[in-house]
Amino acid sequence: MSNNKAPANAIKSKKKLNLNTQFIAGLVALALILLFNLIYEPGFFRISIVEGKLYGSIIDIINRCVPTMIISMGMTLVIATGGVDISVGAVAAISGAMVVSLIGYNFDSATGVTTTNMNMYLAILIALIVSTICGAWNGLLVSRLGIQPMVATLILMTAGRGIAQLITDGQIPRVYTEDFSFIAQGSIFAVPTGIYIALAVVLIVYAFTKLTAFGMLCESVGINASASRYSGINAKNIKLICYTICGLCAGIAGIHIASTVQGADANNAGLNIEMDAILAVVLGGTSMAGGKFYIWGTAVGALIIQALTTTIYSLGVPPEIIYVVKSLVVVIVVMLQSNLIKNLFKKIGSKSKKSSAAASV
Amino acid sequence: MQNPIILQMKGIDMQFPGVHALKEVDFTLRAGEVHTIMGENGAGKSTLIKCLTGVYQKGKGTILLDGKEINPKSTLDAQSLGISTVYQEVNLCPNLTVAENCFIGRQPKKAGFIDWKTMNKRTKELLKRFDIDIDVTKPLSTYTVAIQQMVAIARAIDIQCKVLILDEPTSSLDANEVKQLFKAMRSLKEEGMAIIFISHFLDQVFEISDRFTVLRNGELIGEYLVDEVTQYELVSKMVGHEIDDLSTLKRVQHTEAEMKEFLKAKQIGVAGSVQDIDLTLRKGEIVGFAGLLGSGRTETANMLFGVDPITKGSISINGKKVNLRKPSNAIKHNIAYCPEDRKRDGIIGDLSIRENIILAIQARQGIFKKISKKKAEELAQKYIKTLQIATPDADKKIGELSGGNQQKVILARWLATDPDLLILDEPTRGIDVGAKTEIQKLVLKLCEEGMSIVFISSEIEEVVRCSNRIVVMRDRKKVAELKGDDLEHDTILKTIAGGAKTNE
Repeated sequence: MSNNKAPANAIKSKKKLNLNTQFIAGLVALALILLFNLIYEPGFFRISIVEGKLYGSIIDIINRCVPTMIISMGMTLVIATGGVDISVGAVAAISGAMVVSLIGYNFDSATGVTTTNMNMYLAILIALIVSTICGAWNGLLVSRLGIQPMVATLILMTAGRGIAQLITDGQIPRVYTEDFSFIAQGSIFAVPTGIYIALAVVLIVYAFTKLTAFGMLCESVGINASASRYSGINAKNIKLICYTICGLCAGIAGIHIASTVQGADANNAGLNIEMDAILAVVLGGTSMAGGKFYIWGTAVGALIIQALTTTIYSLGVPPEIIYVVKSLVVVIVVMLQSNLIKNLFKKIGSKSKKSSAAASV
Repeated sequence: MQNPIILQMKGIDMQFPGVHALKEVDFTLRAGEVHTIMGENGAGKSTLIKCLTGVYQKGKGTILLDGKEINPKSTLDAQSLGISTVYQEVNLCPNLTVAENCFIGRQPKKAGFIDWKTMNKRTKELLKRFDIDIDVTKPLSTYTVAIQQMVAIARAIDIQCKVLILDEPTSSLDANEVKQLFKAMRSLKEEGMAIIFISHFLDQVFEISDRFTVLRNGELIGEYLVDEVTQYELVSKMVGHEIDDLSTLKRVQHTEAEMKEFLKAKQIGVAGSVQDIDLTLRKGEIVGFAGLLGSGRTETANMLFGVDPITKGSISINGKKVNLRKPSNAIKHNIAYCPEDRKRDGIIGDLSIRENIILAIQARQGIFKKISKKKAEELAQKYIKTLQIATPDADKKIGELSGGNQQKVILARWLATDPDLLILDEPTRGIDVGAKTEIQKLVLKLCEEGMSIVFISSEIEEVVRCSNRIVVMRDRKKVAELKGDDLEHDTILKTIAGGAKTNE
């Protein structure tokens, strides 16, 4: 009897597994990295509260990963439609430059009084609007003019840092107000504020894709653009919305970065972050070819990258090596996603599970 | 007078998973002859050609070229043996000059550098054979498609070619350009070149060919000299007469009063494609479209659905003029369309059956009015049941279903939108007989309930069986509209072949 029951259970569990294979694989990878750290440094998981704020390696990883996580949410949507946005780093720089320049911090050394030019919240709002427009610009180039996503966003990637420098007038303006630092460095209930922001963005994007039909329409466009058109889907607008959201996400990340360093460095803010964001999306199980996307998978992907980076730093390995390790991870993931390898796995799987396959048909 | 045999294919047999594409087909090609391979879509023409050009490796059988057995492993291999192919789409580089295109990969050289002078001179000589005198140093894209095609042919024959295969070379050419091409073909023929020609245009085929080989369902039907057969005979050989196990189906005939006019198209056309189509579609009536592939059936459907917006004429729905610029416009006017190429234009392979079914209504409702999971599941279950879609549940990916079941899901997608007009382009192609009957029955039932239906199919039997009225298309024009007693297999065949009007 138990013999009869076993294969039925196997099928059931296999089915459940299929839905989240990539997600679980991501979690496993993350766990492995953390485990490695634990062995290397037993105090790795220790979390302490200093001055009402959580401290510890784990907290550090999550906190550092905030900008990548935020940007990778927008990137997930863009990649789901079969595109890519490599201008996010530059847009983050524009947003940071914008918010810092608008606030305009002045310190009078004679009187010791500090003044600002603009209300911080208004400055943030303007910076976010500007970055949303940047995203919409990318979306227009891709959806209306039919320019290849890589090329279309390359324009802003190159031009964006120039624009950011124009905004900052070639300087690195600073804002030392407490309010502004609080965005990235403060804490609420002992948890760093950045984590709340990242979590909010993830939840909002998740809700937007699941509570509306947007997620399905995105996937549909990414899987088969022609059939989507025949079904009456306005693929152009779907793409436009995706790029716009991606721009907004980059803007939020840009403000977070500016708050972390208390200033706007047009050249270095968000440098290479597009690569991390794309990597996070791919690690999360979303194919670069477009189609099915996984918001939570991406979130785990972003954590993996930061955990990897932090681990390498803490090992005392020269930072240049990080790029090599990252690229190795990319190669492995992309290979696992290729049809050749997939078919190979399928072949192996079908051989060993012939009996259960026959039962399920 | 028999020309010497240059190429012989004997007992070619080809199997793909689930399909027996070629069943022991013989083919003989003689020097100085234009030999046309005829057959409906899926008859095995292209498979046969691909065996010859090394794209596929034949299963069984032998290929003899000049009496020697050959076994081409790739197109390059075939080319070096002297078998060159020119495809429908010109596959040259439009940004290179004409001369560069002719000699790409084998440029004449002088002291290690490309000898431009010789190259341009030789290209000019090559093209002169076709009576073409153009500036060969200009980019290829500056010339018409016909010239480009000719350049492709010139390039092909200059590479020591014994057998020239022309795969649908005329489909993008106008009448004059076709003439030019035929002239070139004739002069090649006189030089002893053996040409294999593939085309869907009957008139053209009869004008240029010396011999036909007819294939149907992967089987060889026969080889005929051009004088031996009429167009009508050839078409009936291609189409065949399938055993009629569906004769029990009865088409509905509403009275004139019941059939309210739904859509009226006046002189619609798209530049460079179908021209001057007049069409009236009424509720409770099935209008069949007959004609060979490429005759303009799908193009007409694309116009009605806004896939290819019309550039001429006008379409009115319920008496009001409408502007159909894209499919979503047409869907708003309650038009639904199951496209011909299910894989490319129909299914969203990675999405579930449920998602595929609700896709069109969801697209119509917009992003923010999401169809609830419960409603979606209800819809899915309803159509899985009524259309008898074979699946354990609605979560299965549509890409994992068989062709017939995929087609039913696409049908369900459109039925869910509750359309007034349903356009079906080859709804039964590539699906088994059982599913075929079910779909035909469904179409008749929908018509009875008052839907207006356009039924496009290459199978004349099927069109006759279902339709109240049949529009016959030939060479991208509407050539006849048949009604009542004219709805007969033979009449339609004659009309398709182009004999009906003059003979009767």
